[in-house]
Amino acid sequence: MSAPNSAFDPKQVAALDASAIDAMVADALAAIAMAGDLAAIKEVRLAHAGDRSPLALANREIGALPPAAKAEAGKRMGEARGAIKSALEARTEILELERDERALVEEAVDVTLPVDRAPLGARHPLTTLMERICDVFIAMGYDIAEGPEVESEWVNFDALNVPPDHPARTMQDTFYVGSPESGVVLRTQTSPIQIRAMLERPLPIYVVAPGRVFRTDELDATHTPVFHQVEGLAVDENITMADLKGTLDHFAAEMFGAGIVTRLRPSYFPFTEPSAELDVQCFVCRGASIGNPDSSCRTCGSEGWIEWGGCGMVNPRVLDAVGIDSAKYRGFAFGMGIERTLMFRNGVTDMRDMVEGDIRFSQAFGVES
Amino acid sequence: MRAPVSWLRELVSIPDSESGRDIAERLIRAGLEVETVETLGEGVLGELVVGRVESIEELTDFKKPIRWCQVTVGGATRGIICGARNFSEGDLVAVALPGTVLPGGFTIATRETYGHMSDGMLCSERELGLGEGHDGIIILEPGSALPGNDARPILGVGDEVLDIAVTPDRGYALSMRGLARELAIAYEVPFVDVGRELVELPAPDAERLPAACASDDLEACALFTLRTIIDFDPTKVSPGWMRSRLSACGMRPVSLAVDVTNYVMLETGQPLHAFDLGKIRGAIRAGRPAGGETLETIDHVVRTLSSDDLVISDDRGPIGLAGTMGGLETEIDSTTTSLALEAAHFSAEVVARMARRHKLSSEASRRFERGVDRELAPYASARAASLLLQWGGGHYVGMTAVEAAMSPVIIEMRSSEPSAVAGMEIPEATVIESLGRVGCEVVGGQDPLRVIAPSWRADLTDACDLVEEVVRLIGYDNVPSRLPTAAVGHGLTAAQRMRRRVGVMLAARGGVEVLSYPFVSDAELDALRIPSDDPRRSTVVLANPMSDQLPYLRATLLPGLLTAVRRNAGRGSTSVNLFELGSVYRGAVEGEALRPSVLMRPSEQEWAALNEALPSQPFLVAGVLAGERELDGWWGAARAYDWSDALAAAVSVGEILGITLEVSRGANPSFHPGRCAELVLAGTVVGSAGELHPRVCEALGLVPRTCAWELDLGALMTSAPPVRPAPIVGTQPVAKEDLALIVSDEVSTSAVEQALRQGAGELLESVRLFDVYRGPQVPDGHRSLAFALRFRAPDRTLEAAETAEVRQAAIDCAASTCGAVLR
Repeated sequence: MSAPNSAFDPKQVAALDASAIDAMVADALAAIAMAGDLAAIKEVRLAHAGDRSPLALANREIGALPPAAKAEAGKRMGEARGAIKSALEARTEILELERDERALVEEAVDVTLPVDRAPLGARHPLTTLMERICDVFIAMGYDIAEGPEVESEWVNFDALNVPPDHPARTMQDTFYVGSPESGVVLRTQTSPIQIRAMLERPLPIYVVAPGRVFRTDELDATHTPVFHQVEGLAVDENITMADLKGTLDHFAAEMFGAGIVTRLRPSYFPFTEPSAELDVQCFVCRGASIGNPDSSCRTCGSEGWIEWGGCGMVNPRVLDAVGIDSAKYRGFAFGMGIERTLMFRNGVTDMRDMVEGDIRFSQAFGVES
Repeated sequence: MRAPVSWLRELVSIPDSESGRDIAERLIRAGLEVETVETLGEGVLGELVVGRVESIEELTDFKKPIRWCQVTVGGATRGIICGARNFSEGDLVAVALPGTVLPGGFTIATRETYGHMSDGMLCSERELGLGEGHDGIIILEPGSALPGNDARPILGVGDEVLDIAVTPDRGYALSMRGLARELAIAYEVPFVDVGRELVELPAPDAERLPAACASDDLEACALFTLRTIIDFDPTKVSPGWMRSRLSACGMRPVSLAVDVTNYVMLETGQPLHAFDLGKIRGAIRAGRPAGGETLETIDHVVRTLSSDDLVISDDRGPIGLAGTMGGLETEIDSTTTSLALEAAHFSAEVVARMARRHKLSSEASRRFERGVDRELAPYASARAASLLLQWGGGHYVGMTAVEAAMSPVIIEMRSSEPSAVAGMEIPEATVIESLGRVGCEVVGGQDPLRVIAPSWRADLTDACDLVEEVVRLIGYDNVPSRLPTAAVGHGLTAAQRMRRRVGVMLAARGGVEVLSYPFVSDAELDALRIPSDDPRRSTVVLANPMSDQLPYLRATLLPGLLTAVRRNAGRGSTSVNLFELGSVYRGAVEGEALRPSVLMRPSEQEWAALNEALPSQPFLVAGVLAGERELDGWWGAARAYDWSDALAAAVSVGEILGITLEVSRGANPSFHPGRCAELVLAGTVVGSAGELHPRVCEALGLVPRTCAWELDLGALMTSAPPVRPAPIVGTQPVAKEDLALIVSDEVSTSAVEQALRQGAGELLESVRLFDVYRGPQVPDGHRSLAFALRFRAPDRTLEAAETAEVRQAAIDCAASTCGAVLR
């Protein structure tokens, strides 16, 4: 701290000489430029801008100057200290930046380390495939209908125009609950949901019904006693086979790609008349493999078409059984196996993969199929 | 149904250029499912010629009798060794010459065997891939060929055979006649119906009476005919062409009489049965048995009859199951010289029921179940009788028959109906023409059309059946494709949305969904320590389970999940987190089957009763966690799944549905008694979570400390709030207070937390337990629970004094309700 020069002593002070100040500034700037790190700059600050620095000491002498010289010396001193201060700040900022960069480099990690501490799980691809199908139909204005898996035999067969002792009952090997005469079965198809929908919903009806069904087949690469189907049903005035075809074509395009169409072949189901087998155009070769041994297609076996399900116009006897006026209303229905669809769509080669719950199978699908 | 193309060509003029595959394609488009097209004797390469056996030398020095034969094969005579004994000198046989390759890649060579140089092979059907016949070598009809001729065309080598899966409505397609009719329609060529050609037979014998017949139930047996043949030569065998065709169709040639009945059945679709008349007493009649009698059928099974069966009887009792299988006692044998040939029409339902009851599906029953041409019997039996007389000699005595009156069914159909159903314009003329092509008769020209279906199409009963015929003939490919006007939908239901979310959430938490079989065993339920009075023991029993070991339907999802855990472990995945969403089934199925009329809508009462007869089917979600949740890695040590992970999963299901589940100590016997939580919703227990009982892990071969959880998702979904109210997000500063309370081990953490909330009142924003401490300064049987409390007022900054006051209120409440002491 410079003491006031109360005892006026008009004498020249050498330290306040312009050239001396310039020299001090030059010393300081050189030292600042030389400072290699923040510790060095701290020392430079002390030496050249601290209380004991030559400039600070010189500053104390200002009071001793004659009044006429004070202003000029003060100005010169101020400029000198300002120059050092800004040089110090500039250099400090550079050194701080360097330090920060060094620190960030040191903190670097190997970002290729595995981070799967808590891996994602997965939903079953059959579930997500059913949801996908539902979404296609939701977008078309359909609702999703459901029904019980342990079902009344009347709903599963009789109301669907499969009377007792009809050979169609032996087409499907049925699990009976309690006793074979109990009238209660594990549903053999999702078609009983049609009956429930027609009994419980107002007309017109547009529903799809995914679900689990049961038949007494032994598990092997292509059969399982427990599997899934999806059923579609539309009952309205003026519904036609052309509407059925259009709906199935749209569905096929949504599931397998734009432009993929379906084909109907005459067949028999008790609950539809006319009835048809439903084929979907092969979405891999699009028919290019037919009769073309050089580019055979594994997906369709070079047939160009893949068997997908069954469909038809709701038999008026079924409408009668649920009290819908078959003179006014007509319907179409279709159904297909979800396992089968997943097999040819996603290339599953063994039914057992879908049944056994091996995590490696589902995890390959994640939450989509 | 196997159909040789050569046989079809004999019945209908198919263009020569058409291959078996082309023909199959036509049938498929007509609605017949052709599963395969195979070529008979496909593997036979090289020379296969006709030979004549000139001499046979019996070699007896070997283990089995062997024949050394001299066989002329055009010009040369070859010495051939043969193990079969069904041929004689002079017979024409099929000879594979050295160099010929038989199916399976077996090459014939000249080689020494049984002490002779055998220079070829005499072939059986099986060896040539023509059928299953291997009782002896093939013998050709005398005079049918010359030695040295190519034997292929004679044997049918190269003939194609279609294998067709016939749907239940197309009984007529279980015959060459029916298939030929479809092909005649497809190729638009004339059709001559062998089922309407009455073959000429010798005049009935005026001196003798044919066997008498009767039908005691004209509804179940509307037509019964018997033709009698005597002086039949039982030693005569079927001609080679007949045996070849039977073999190609997959039937084994047996004897002339049996072969003829089978052949005519394949040709016309009419099942026939030949009785040994010498073993019959009195008239042969169709009718209902009293029930309880027994009958041994020709498959050597003794069957107990039901009064619901339909049997053929003579004066001594039942001699056959009508339209299903004959009795052993009256079966024709190698000494039979007099035959009664039955051709009848039996009710499809009666035969179906009987075949099902006796678990007996025969060629005959398969046809009757699917509907046999009502008028066919006399035509078919005439064909059969004629063949028997031609090939077996004998003397035709005559025919007896009984028949119910028949009135044709007239189906009414508007001529516009096919257009309306197909969604395309189909002119009336096309409709009428199409119906005519399938054999329907359209009577009267006015609308609606009055249509009489042909007798072989019992499946045509309704207008919609006729529509199918019309559209099928036009071709399904020609029906246009268009979308119906969109309906107004409602989107997914709340429950459907919630199930999806629960699934996605559990997968995001690391769970892998499984879909396991719902079949469970007593052993599994025992292993889970489920007591006999537990609702999960109230299992639904299957009458015909896949395995006697798994007779029940699941009432909990855990057995299936645990099986999957075990399977994964067996394949090396010992750390798993599995979950399943699915139905379980509870309750007994009792009482009579309900069968409301299908002619009208069931009444409300009937519908309710049908549903009440079903067991309850709650929808659950469950999970199993085994092994390590986090493996050891560069981040640190491994961490095993524990009870809290299971509980967290269960609680998160509630959370994602907007439900806070209360947790309390549970007593589920499948779980570790000290590590089981019960999840409670509105006072009802809706699930359990925790560590499985060590004995459960041991019994089921699970990793020790496997954890599990299960929730009644259906119950949760009904309680989920349909609309969630928005919170008030306070922007005033928060005041944080930590406190530690010493409480007895008897008191649950949640009780303490609840007391703190209750005491602190509305200013409390949250409570979080952040430490549990036992040790010095905490008495035995107690622990110190450290909570972080956050207070906030909606409208002001809380003063220190105010915060201290509510903090004290919280402590006081914990003290008074839980005996907590501030540490």
